[in-house]
Amino acid sequence: MNSNRLPYLLILPVTLFLCLFFLYPFFQVAGQAFTNDQGLTLANFERVFSDWKFPISLKNTLLLAAAVVPVQLALALLMATMVNRMKKGRDIVLYIWTIPLGISDLAAGIIWLAIFEQSGFLNSMMHSLGMIDRPTSLLSYKSMGMVFLAIALAEIWRATAIMLVILVAGIGLIPKEYYEAAEVFGASPWKRFTRITLPLLRPSLQTALVLRVILAFEIFAVVAALGGTLFPVLMGETYSYQFDLLDSGSAAAIALVILGISIAFTLVILRALRVPKGAQI
Amino acid sequence: MAEILIKNVAKKFETYQALSDINLTISDREFMVLLGASGCGKTTLLRIIAGLETATSGEVWIGGKRIDHLPPKDRGIAMVFQNYAVFPHMTVFENIGFGLRMQKQPEAVVQERVKRTASLMHIEQLLGRYSGELSGGQRQRVAVARALAMEPDVILMDEPLSNLDALLRLEMRAELKGVLAESETTAIYVTHDQVEAMSLADRISVMNRGEIVQAATPMEVYRNPAAEFVAGFIGNPPMNFVVADRAENHQWRVAGEHYSGPKSDEDQIHFAIRPEDVVIAETGLDARVRLVEPLGAHLHVTCDVGGRMFRAVLDSGLEVKAGDHLKLQPQLDRIRWFDKNTTKALEV
Repeated sequence: MNSNRLPYLLILPVTLFLCLFFLYPFFQVAGQAFTNDQGLTLANFERVFSDWKFPISLKNTLLLAAAVVPVQLALALLMATMVNRMKKGRDIVLYIWTIPLGISDLAAGIIWLAIFEQSGFLNSMMHSLGMIDRPTSLLSYKSMGMVFLAIALAEIWRATAIMLVILVAGIGLIPKEYYEAAEVFGASPWKRFTRITLPLLRPSLQTALVLRVILAFEIFAVVAALGGTLFPVLMGETYSYQFDLLDSGSAAAIALVILGISIAFTLVILRALRVPKGAQI
Repeated sequence: MAEILIKNVAKKFETYQALSDINLTISDREFMVLLGASGCGKTTLLRIIAGLETATSGEVWIGGKRIDHLPPKDRGIAMVFQNYAVFPHMTVFENIGFGLRMQKQPEAVVQERVKRTASLMHIEQLLGRYSGELSGGQRQRVAVARALAMEPDVILMDEPLSNLDALLRLEMRAELKGVLAESETTAIYVTHDQVEAMSLADRISVMNRGEIVQAATPMEVYRNPAAEFVAGFIGNPPMNFVVADRAENHQWRVAGEHYSGPKSDEDQIHFAIRPEDVVIAETGLDARVRLVEPLGAHLHVTCDVGGRMFRAVLDSGLEVKAGDHLKLQPQLDRIRWFDKNTTKALEV
């Protein structure tokens, strides 16, 4: 066998898989978005953009991502640093912290609903402590801040660990000598974090942020469980076009909008955290 | 003044005794080399002085100030690491200026010192580059410049040349010696390479199993090793040992010859001589040649003397071949004696 062709042969199955299950559906969705009974058209996009719920759901999605991702990033960095400092029990702590990853997002939403709903843990706890006279409805249209907070908390609890795992692996790749050199040359622990860890972690930060930001724009089940129709998000709109309004053209159009936003943010993240040539570890 | 005082320093890693009761004084501006095989504790001692490791017991003083409880940055030291540890995400300029920036030195001072040390190490044309764009030798220069830019009292070097190829190592060795002599700092240099140690050091501390066996000038260590370990570690080929049996009047019988030696109560001691300190003569040690290696300038001849392996460095003009019987005459003032049990040198 010609050894020059071997690599191509080896990636052929994956390429076929991606073409069949990713590229083909993608073009199908794109086709749906730009056509209707009369042929090529932008009507689907016009309908989506003119819907009164579109700006609200776009705003909600972006706000949620803006609130959740930075907190997750900070938490994941803190937790990764702590895990890396541990000598014993490191693996156990890491396993426990990543448990929420194994729970589906809908289940996670329901767990947090059990805490926040009128007969939930939070109400009964506050009631038994005498902080409130009677259980109140926390997740209602009258307390949108609370709805937002509950969704954000659930998302942070559920999905921080995916960043944590990536960052722990990334920090493990940074040679110890850099920290010793920084210490000898007078860098405080905080300076070592900002001047050594963060810049050398850029490749991992890129991966973690891209992954997390894309998933944040696709938030759906947690919102459905905790906010229902009170808190429309883009993915929820896609669902309702497809299955409630049976309008697959508009569903495809809004799906493409989400894809566009994801690509735009991915490019921004890749650009902002790029490592100059020759500056890799 | 940056005299270094190491008092009763010991270090234990869980059950492993890495250093036991180290006492050492290093004078101001002295170039001290810690020499030993891997695992002898030399790097641990350096890291304790640097503050990257904490001693289990003992004290470290620099310039009359006890520093073993201070963080590395307050000890007046700078360090050159074995793998350079040149920060990959900073340019050469930022690397050299790192310590000064951490000290919050004024920008003019940073600029001036970085440029001066860079030109001292001949890397001024590389200031804008990243470490990924440098060769191993250039990275080493950056690491040294970064240490020098701090104008430290003491510069600590952990096998700084071990990752360079042979030719570059020779070149850097000579350059390092010159630069450090000029900088007037006290230097501690860790290496396992005896040639490097001999050529660089004002004094060598030979270490073995967590102890300093001998601390003396290179020539002293070479000529008058304090123990068999030092004699065997330094010199290539190393010193030869032959069993000596007691005769009368401080005379010792060595491979069929009598030599006057120390007053010892032992029945057997060790006679020692360097390979280059013997010549072929009419009388001398009985030797049977096993192997001859012509190296151009010399012949390395491996023989059997008193049932032990014995190496001699002889003139390359000689006709010697395997199986020959020779008489090897030692140069009398170069003969050394060691106690067979303690392996310590015996005074004559």
